[in-house]
Amino acid sequence: MYRYDEFDQQLVSERVEQFRRQVARRLNGELNEDQFKPLRLMNGLYLQLHAYMLRINVPYGCLSSKQLRTLAHIARVYDKGFGHFTTRQNLQFNWIKLEDVPAALAALAEVEMHCIQSSGNCIRNITSDQYAGRARDEIEDPRVFCEIIRQWYTLHPEFAYLPRKFKIAVTGSPNDRAAVGVHDIGLRMHVNDAEKPGFEVIVGGGQGRTPHIGKTIRDWLPAKYLLSYLEAILRVYNLYGRRDNIYKARIKILVNHLGIEEFRRQVDEEWEYVKDGALHIPQEEIDRINAYFAPPAYERLDDLEQEPNGLRKTNDEFDAWMHSNVAEHKVAGYAIVNLSLKGPDRPPGDLTDDQMDAVADLADRYSFGELRVNHRQNLVFVDVKQFELKELWDKLKALGLATANIGHVTDMICCPGLDYCQLASARSIPIAEQITERFEDLKNLHAIGDLTINISGCVNACGHHHVGNIGILGVDKKGKEYYQFTLGGSSDQNASLGERTGPGFPADATVGAVETIVNTYLDVRDDGEPFLDTYRRVGMAPFKEALYGTD
Amino acid sequence: MQQMVIANALRDGLVIFLAENGRWVNAIADGALALDTDRAKQLLDVAQQAEQRNEVIGPELIEIEVHDDLRQPVDIREAIRANGPIVRGHPGENDESHGI
Repeated sequence: MYRYDEFDQQLVSERVEQFRRQVARRLNGELNEDQFKPLRLMNGLYLQLHAYMLRINVPYGCLSSKQLRTLAHIARVYDKGFGHFTTRQNLQFNWIKLEDVPAALAALAEVEMHCIQSSGNCIRNITSDQYAGRARDEIEDPRVFCEIIRQWYTLHPEFAYLPRKFKIAVTGSPNDRAAVGVHDIGLRMHVNDAEKPGFEVIVGGGQGRTPHIGKTIRDWLPAKYLLSYLEAILRVYNLYGRRDNIYKARIKILVNHLGIEEFRRQVDEEWEYVKDGALHIPQEEIDRINAYFAPPAYERLDDLEQEPNGLRKTNDEFDAWMHSNVAEHKVAGYAIVNLSLKGPDRPPGDLTDDQMDAVADLADRYSFGELRVNHRQNLVFVDVKQFELKELWDKLKALGLATANIGHVTDMICCPGLDYCQLASARSIPIAEQITERFEDLKNLHAIGDLTINISGCVNACGHHHVGNIGILGVDKKGKEYYQFTLGGSSDQNASLGERTGPGFPADATVGAVETIVNTYLDVRDDGEPFLDTYRRVGMAPFKEALYGTD
Repeated sequence: MQQMVIANALRDGLVIFLAENGRWVNAIADGALALDTDRAKQLLDVAQQAEQRNEVIGPELIEIEVHDDLRQPVDIREAIRANGPIVRGHPGENDESHGI
């Protein structure tokens, strides 16, 4: 993992002290809410429906066991004993008191964490592939470039007041697990005709009320130009992005207004000014950052056959978990393990303080003290010995973190919705709970196979409903909660936006509608065909008919 | 139309209701209920003065229904604010929650 140098630590510590003074001035009445709001937002502190909410950056989803223990401590001492992992691979506390925030930030600074730029119209936490550095299909480790980009955007003076928030994602693999197509900028590493790795640069993707799949602005960009090219894009956006209308302020609107050719021309023009200046990244700097991500001390092991300890045949639950929650590792004898935060006893993405401590202990024991957060609101151990999988499964099961559902119907992305969020139109967590209950049967869940459901409680689409295979959007219809459906969305390398089925359903009919969609898919699918392929083959008609009948 | 004043407390951000004599309380049952618009306006004035003194954040009037002596905000958003999240098994469920 990256470790702070003296500059990082000084910057974060000074910010804690600055915010401590700002909070004191707010509490003693020197600052009113209008004056304080922009200051607290710069430090990730929101005021939600019930209380203040603190959003903590987890840079590109990488977390150490030590950091997780600090999060457990904050949850226990300053919150109500739980935290919520988000689609930006961050963590939110929902019940923090204003007077406790400086102490919480100081505790975070001690483990190299902070909340700077987790809110506001600036570049937000960069996200990446949760399997970075471990995936068999990877070209290069994206964390190195994430860290270089993180250092560039942190307190970048020119980009502190952008027209709107700005999100960047990076993948080093052809199989996109980081949803780069629906980011303001997506970077997808690939090898060019001369066998050299570089980045396809995608721009203008995003969700919200006007969703777009990003467009390729540059097919192949060598790493040395990464920062200068990003700077050029941000400059054009900063100059010409709309500031008069919050709903038209994201870069996707500018890119679509100008057209990708004209936008590219303007970026290239700007790039000429900065291309070979201070932002040029020498290979030595890439090597220096790369050293932070050196692989851990792996043992020499052989890949086990598909059945560690021979238990898969005799234990259906373990077999299902191995099938859905365990992924291939690039090092022989090791595996990647996904910890499901989607179970019957929790809102999606939630973890209690005791579970955080227990997971930190397991990370130390089984995965070199490191873990990852993925954008689907789960945790990942990236370096588990294959012959210890059964032992780890037993321990995760005891913690309620071994639900064998990764990539399946109950592994939903779900925003906090109207239960917590100031902006929401409808509740989303109760819908997720009902779906979890309805599709609890493991055999049935695995018979349905790969199928993502994403739920948002309003058009801002924090729950990524546009790119769920089944998307659910909560709306307020004359004071009543209704849920609209989209089908065929995807955030992988063949990203697509879901298409709306038709009128929405009241809350008590929503899980029934999900079941209707799933049953229709089961009726029309070919053998082994995932939902998305079936939908792309048969289209909307059979689903529409099943949901609304023929007329 | 019956109304109450809802706000968030400055120090902990929790949802509070304006009660008699300018006090602020956590439970909706303990807040002041305005039975007419004149009284509602009076309550809002008191609340806005508290906001100016930086004691509370965002005070506003909300419409209330009373059934069997139980007060309930008409708007679902305010009902959730008043009662806390109704998330089953949630470790952070509002301590004062009595469900909606």
